[in-house]
Amino acid sequence: MKYSYFPGCSLKGLGRAYEESLLPVMKHLGVELVELEDWNCCGATAYMSVDEAKAGVLAARNLAIAEKTGPQDLLTPCSACYLVLNKTKHNIADFPEIKDTVHHALGVANLTYTGATNVRHPLDVLVHDVGLDVIKEKVVRPLKGLKVAPYYGCQLVRPYATFDDAWNPTTMDRLLATLGAEVVHYPLKTKCCGGSLTGTVPEAGLRLTYILLKEAVRRGADVIATICPLCQFNLDAYHDQIDRHWGPTRIATVYFTQLMGLAFGLSPKQLGLKRNFVPMKELPAQSATV
Amino acid sequence: MMQIKRTIKYEADRVRGFSKEIMNVSGCEQLQSCIQCGTCSGTCPLSIYMDFSPRQVMALVRADFKNEVLTSKTVWLCASCYACTVECPRKIRITDIMYALKQRAIKEGIYPRRFAIPILAKEFSEMVRREGRITETLLVMRLFLKANWRAALGSWRLGLGLIRTGRFVLWQERIERRAELTAMLDAANRGNVQPKEAP
Repeated sequence: MKYSYFPGCSLKGLGRAYEESLLPVMKHLGVELVELEDWNCCGATAYMSVDEAKAGVLAARNLAIAEKTGPQDLLTPCSACYLVLNKTKHNIADFPEIKDTVHHALGVANLTYTGATNVRHPLDVLVHDVGLDVIKEKVVRPLKGLKVAPYYGCQLVRPYATFDDAWNPTTMDRLLATLGAEVVHYPLKTKCCGGSLTGTVPEAGLRLTYILLKEAVRRGADVIATICPLCQFNLDAYHDQIDRHWGPTRIATVYFTQLMGLAFGLSPKQLGLKRNFVPMKELPAQSATV
Repeated sequence: MMQIKRTIKYEADRVRGFSKEIMNVSGCEQLQSCIQCGTCSGTCPLSIYMDFSPRQVMALVRADFKNEVLTSKTVWLCASCYACTVECPRKIRITDIMYALKQRAIKEGIYPRRFAIPILAKEFSEMVRREGRITETLLVMRLFLKANWRAALGSWRLGLGLIRTGRFVLWQERIERRAELTAMLDAANRGNVQPKEAP
């Protein structure tokens, strides 16, 4: 199994623990990832606020490079990248005006895009291509007794939910259960974390983050599992400010790939778990077996 | 003396043609069929912080109240969670309409002053144009300098935490073929037909 890999800017910066856990986990499962040659920023929500045509060109450059170099399944771990690349793919197909602009701009760099690139999320690939049965075979240290709140956030499932439901996705729930974890019922699983508003308008943004943390604690979760670097940052890095405004809601938030790595017996250090502001408590199973 | 403030708009406040211009943007055509049900406002996690609710913005755009919409904080508080877009019974892409309004406000320079969100969007796009990639910590520092340097001082704990966890990146990430990317973005400029300005 081989995929093109689009890390996105966050996985080289604030979200580096995501890449640090994704790569060994994929390798452990025999999935080969080829980092997309000279990939550029997807544009995220910010570029789309400035200029739609240019935002489309920016994302399309990546789609075109993947089409040229192959493999044409482009693995995209960050939710914002996943949304923007998917949105651009749809827009090029649906709107002739956008298609013309993109083709014209790609031509400047001798690139072409016919629509062959598929934008895939690791969660989708792991559960639907690799398969839960294969993953289960690799579990050497089941996450027994660990209560996990599965948090998907918004842009993975909306509006281009290709492999799961827009409001009540279950792909990660099933994956976590396969790892042996106890999946906590978490109705806020697709509620917005505040996005970049946590930094720009904290009184509104951090309140949304607080609601998510509080609910996970109230439901008895030990840890929140996330699939997006911005969600992880918001839920992890602002505890000081949140505690001061609304009271303590201390709970660790980790990437689902970090939990997979732990269940596969990979070392926490190798999985970037040291990068958390609020560290995850040691697994009961871990201390028992070591 | 008692201050009197008018709370309802006069028709004369409208900028004729504005709704057509927005509905001409790809993806915004459906605005025409809005039934003002308010599902967008109900699903929006940020509507309680907005000066106009999403439903009101839809009505204001359709009725050509350009200045009211473009100077409102609402469009900048949209976090792009797409809840409204997925739920709208008329299949209006509300999030995309918010984007069209943000683009218009930036283009005309009439977004709320010293408001961090549009400044972030502009700094972000300039960094991408120059380098091809974003280095988040450098971007945030630029934002603080432009929008609110006092807030930067208040965030020292966050900065320290990022250094402690090895997430504070000081070297700029960039792509190899930067000239190629800039040329492509410029080509999009020429290829893009902007809607005509309202008189």
